[in-house]
Amino acid sequence: MPRPAPARPRRRGVRAVALTLAVGCALTGAAMVPAAGASAAEAETAVTTTDQFVDVGAEADGTAVRLDTRLYLPGGSGEPRPAILLAHGFGGSKEDVDDEARRYAADGHVVLAFTARGFGRSGGRIHLNSPDREIADGRLLVDLVAARSEVAKDSAGDPRVAVAGGSYGGAFALMLAAADPRVDATVAAITWHDLSTALFPQAASGNTTPGPYKQLWGTRFFTASFGASASGGAAGGAGGAAASGTPAPAATSSPAIPTTPGTPATPGTTPNNPQAAPADALCGRFDVALCRGLQAAAEDGRPSPELAATLRRNSPRGTIASVTAPTLLIQGEADTLFGLDQADANAAGLAQAGTRHAVRWTDGGHDGASSNPTLDEEAARTWLRTYLAGSRTDPLPVPAFTYSLPVPRRSDTAPVATLDRYPGLQGSPQQTPLRAPESPTVVLTPPGGQPNSMTSVPGLGSVELPTYRLAALPGMSAAFDSATLPRSLTVVGSPTVSLRVTSTGNEATFFVSLWRVEGSDAVQQRALTAPVRVATTPGEPTEVTVNLPPSVWSMAAGSQWRVLVTSTDNSFTVPREARADRITLADATLTLPTAAGAIVPATTERDTESLALVAGIAALLLVIAASALLRWRRRHREHVREDYADIPLVVDHLVKTYADGHRAVDDVSWRAERGQVVGLLGPNGAGKTTTMRMMLGLITPDSGSVHVLGRPVHPGSEILGRVGALVEGPGFLPHLTGRENLKAYWAATGRPADEADLDEAVAVAALGGALDRPVRTYSHGMKQRLGIAQAMLGKPEVLFLDEPTNGLDPPQIAAMRPILQSYAASGRTVVVSSHLLAEVELTCSHVVVMHAGRVVTAGPVADLLASQDTTVFELATADGLEAARDALEGADGILSLETIDEPSKPTLTVVSNRPREEVVRAVVASGAEVVGVGSRRHLEEVFLGVIASSQVRADDGTGDAGLIERLRQVRAR
Amino acid sequence: MSRPLSWRSELKRQLGRRRTLWVIGIVAALPLILVAAFSLDDEPGRADDPTIRLVDLATSGGPNFTVFTLVVSAELLLFIVAALFAGDPVPAEASWASLRYLLTAPVTRARLLTSKLVIGFLSTASLVVVLPVWALLIGTMAYGSEPFTILGGGEMPFGEWFPRMAVAVAYVLVTIAPIGAFSFWVGVRSQTPLAAVGGALILLIVSGILDSIDALGDWRKALPGHYSRAWLDMLVSGPIDWVDLRHGALWSILYTVLFVALGYRRFRRQDILS
Repeated sequence: MPRPAPARPRRRGVRAVALTLAVGCALTGAAMVPAAGASAAEAETAVTTTDQFVDVGAEADGTAVRLDTRLYLPGGSGEPRPAILLAHGFGGSKEDVDDEARRYAADGHVVLAFTARGFGRSGGRIHLNSPDREIADGRLLVDLVAARSEVAKDSAGDPRVAVAGGSYGGAFALMLAAADPRVDATVAAITWHDLSTALFPQAASGNTTPGPYKQLWGTRFFTASFGASASGGAAGGAGGAAASGTPAPAATSSPAIPTTPGTPATPGTTPNNPQAAPADALCGRFDVALCRGLQAAAEDGRPSPELAATLRRNSPRGTIASVTAPTLLIQGEADTLFGLDQADANAAGLAQAGTRHAVRWTDGGHDGASSNPTLDEEAARTWLRTYLAGSRTDPLPVPAFTYSLPVPRRSDTAPVATLDRYPGLQGSPQQTPLRAPESPTVVLTPPGGQPNSMTSVPGLGSVELPTYRLAALPGMSAAFDSATLPRSLTVVGSPTVSLRVTSTGNEATFFVSLWRVEGSDAVQQRALTAPVRVATTPGEPTEVTVNLPPSVWSMAAGSQWRVLVTSTDNSFTVPREARADRITLADATLTLPTAAGAIVPATTERDTESLALVAGIAALLLVIAASALLRWRRRHREHVREDYADIPLVVDHLVKTYADGHRAVDDVSWRAERGQVVGLLGPNGAGKTTTMRMMLGLITPDSGSVHVLGRPVHPGSEILGRVGALVEGPGFLPHLTGRENLKAYWAATGRPADEADLDEAVAVAALGGALDRPVRTYSHGMKQRLGIAQAMLGKPEVLFLDEPTNGLDPPQIAAMRPILQSYAASGRTVVVSSHLLAEVELTCSHVVVMHAGRVVTAGPVADLLASQDTTVFELATADGLEAARDALEGADGILSLETIDEPSKPTLTVVSNRPREEVVRAVVASGAEVVGVGSRRHLEEVFLGVIASSQVRADDGTGDAGLIERLRQVRAR
Repeated sequence: MSRPLSWRSELKRQLGRRRTLWVIGIVAALPLILVAAFSLDDEPGRADDPTIRLVDLATSGGPNFTVFTLVVSAELLLFIVAALFAGDPVPAEASWASLRYLLTAPVTRARLLTSKLVIGFLSTASLVVVLPVWALLIGTMAYGSEPFTILGGGEMPFGEWFPRMAVAVAYVLVTIAPIGAFSFWVGVRSQTPLAAVGGALILLIVSGILDSIDALGDWRKALPGHYSRAWLDMLVSGPIDWVDLRHGALWSILYTVLFVALGYRRFRRQDILS
């Protein structure tokens, strides 16, 4: 069974080539598509098949005809089952319905599939569902079913049987249901009501004259009949194979069951036989009389009365009122071969006879596959299962009317809506004004009928090939635009428009189509055309009401629609005589039938991506909110040390180990009081900067704490507002001036501008006119001074200055000294870290010396440098050091001896409780050339001594005892 | 007493910067450059190719020019702007060494990031809004006020185009937000302006490369920038298909929230060593 053309337009074109070869094959396929499933596959294994040739009525010339059939028996218990007769489409064979048959058999039905007369391996010729031939064959097939013991019976010789088919098979189903009262249910898909009006459509309301010939479709029937004519099943398979890729079937596909011996079923004649008459060769396996009638009609574009009568007879039209079996009609909304008008006429016939029926409009058809094939198939199965089970209950097992809306952009499936009553083609009409062009348009039919407007390409469906420019040829078309729609409409049925035609000929033929206006362009939601052929009196206006092709349109509010009238159309036979028609609006309204069906919720269309994303965002926000709450609660457990409330700075057991394992600060504790200028000293890597950063909350300590005025310091703690800092060099926005930078910094603190004491800070910076230049032009020293000024903005209680004298020249350094001292004198605290020991000695009141992450000593500078029992000797040469040392070593009252063996300035520091003069005497006596004696050491010496002693400790590993001893000594001085 | 690092003070910190002025200059010049470039060719479109592209319609009127300008700038320029404005402020302060002074001012870590983010977002937003408005002005002066010509054919009246374009601009803003947020996170982590902007661009480029690999299938939907052109769905005739717009917006929000949260989390615990 050929798969329907896929929904993607790009590939549809390729499939359409296959369609031209096997039009009929596609017919059933378009409406019903297999649903693959493991359970179905399991059930299929139980299905047994029997191939059999069945003798049916002979052709008119006496040729015996046998039909190729296959019986599908479901597995399971042997109780009788209802039967389904499956008919295939034009140009196809029983193989095309194989999948469908197996599914129905798996459902527990006996299924009889057959190849119609004139196709595949069956004999005879194509009569287009003649009541005397194909339909009579159908009655014999029902007899065959009745003869099977596996089939449930309503009464003797009356099997419980349904007949289903699409297109050619659909008309067969309807006509057989009318001809044979034993049929209990019918599904007729995409088929005709009256073949003469289907092939010669007439869209002029109330006009029974046959319209122009659907020549492109006609041509395809002929080519399909040739496909059916080539030897045996191979050719039938060729069409099928082109469309579906299935290999041509073997003569006996079910080896288990003996069949009529595998003699090839030879058609009555072999049209491809070179000896055949030329006329026969042109007709393929068509019945010759029918064939000649169709050929003649194709020549002049209108059917002979005989042909019209034959076509009408070969249609459900005459007999539909006798159908009593519940019937499901499935028709395509964009089907250029058998439009919705054909199904509507069938439904009207059934309604008149009071037969149960339902109408289903799908977006599939002869031009393309349905976008909801499983829904269509389900409806058919539900219908057959219900009525074959004998439950003829109301309401109907499916909605009385189902229609498909146009497929929305970027969606693959059409929304489906239902109504509990079939409204026909003119339900709930709405009027929309149409605007006539300023001057009446004359539509020219060119001599020879060329070129052709292209509104739709039969078989290509909604391929976007026929563009408006191909349809609205200049001079050969007239356009009537609607007003902008004030609200959205769902148009369901056949819109109508009244035109007034003034022709130069006795008959006017033209084609009407509906477009949506898009600026200078227009697009067709449904590629359909309504052909009109009306008799006219030259020069006299004729009014004609045109029924546009019935379909379903979504007309959005604000959209504008266009009725396009063209003189030619490529899919129809058009008059070859030149003619000019003036076409105006007889009534300036477009009547739009509407419906407001209940949209069937699409079960598969859940937007899982959006749902997952919304859930993800919600989860993320939840996590963020939870952690924010946790932090907020922790913040409120900040503990304030009331006992430190008066102490500007307390550093308590600070420890910081960096990620690389380096312990930069190791248990550092010290404090600074009001009025102190504290110098923080230490060699590089001593942990001064890390400590300072922790004091400012820039680095979080591993343990320990920093309190400013009793408040703990952590990132962003408010107490930092009472701390000013210059850490590791100043940082300014290079594009702002010095003054702007100070202002920007103060603005960032969020405190009132008048608290800043900007003028005082500016005075400290002493930048003069440079203050109003961008900072990027500053020298290092200028930035440094500005940095100190920034730290002093707002007069913080505690001022941290890291290397404040960097980049300053000696006069500036000297100027800075009193500033800091007076700042501290005002009851505030200044912490200075510096390498310039002399400077610290001059500026600071207290020092803290750090080495290798620890505080090695701390205390007032004066205590550190001077004491009564210390005497410092400066010698002329280092040679005297040893002698002096030896002289004092071991002497009474000498507490310690320290020598600094520096050639330029060798010093000997003696700590003793003996009077100083005695010590001096002893040193001089030792022969050392003393050039200076002092009571006070320089900070540098203390510093180096302390560092040296702590290094000794580290080097010889004498441990803490040694260190503590050294510290005691240092402090003692 | 206002809060530390108020938005106004943060705006003052960023406004005078060279990079801000450069970006404003580029955005202001872009429509003029485009007009100048189009004026070099009298016949837009390529000979022998009837396919109409967006660029062929660009000179058909102000609205079309605006859409074209937004298309070309939303490819990369606006992403860079977002990365720059959101990712650069924190590492820029670090590189000027002023970050530590802000933090000891004191500005709390969260407050600092919030001010920087808000101003970064507002600057990006105002540029993303100003660009199409400016382009509309220039385009209307250069090419007249013809209604918007839809790429697939048809026209859209100004009254319909303008609100749709407004939503499209908002969508563009939402789409570039994850790149900005990523840049912000990288900037906070690395404290280097180059890493912030460069990292965001690398993310965008890698995501674009992966997006072109069909084998990744639906996984590509998760790539930032996958839905970046979905705003063109607004500019079609008929009702708007919101599916891609919705997905794009949700992915963007997810990534933006994620990267911003990561940035805050990181900065809250980070030791400021710069």
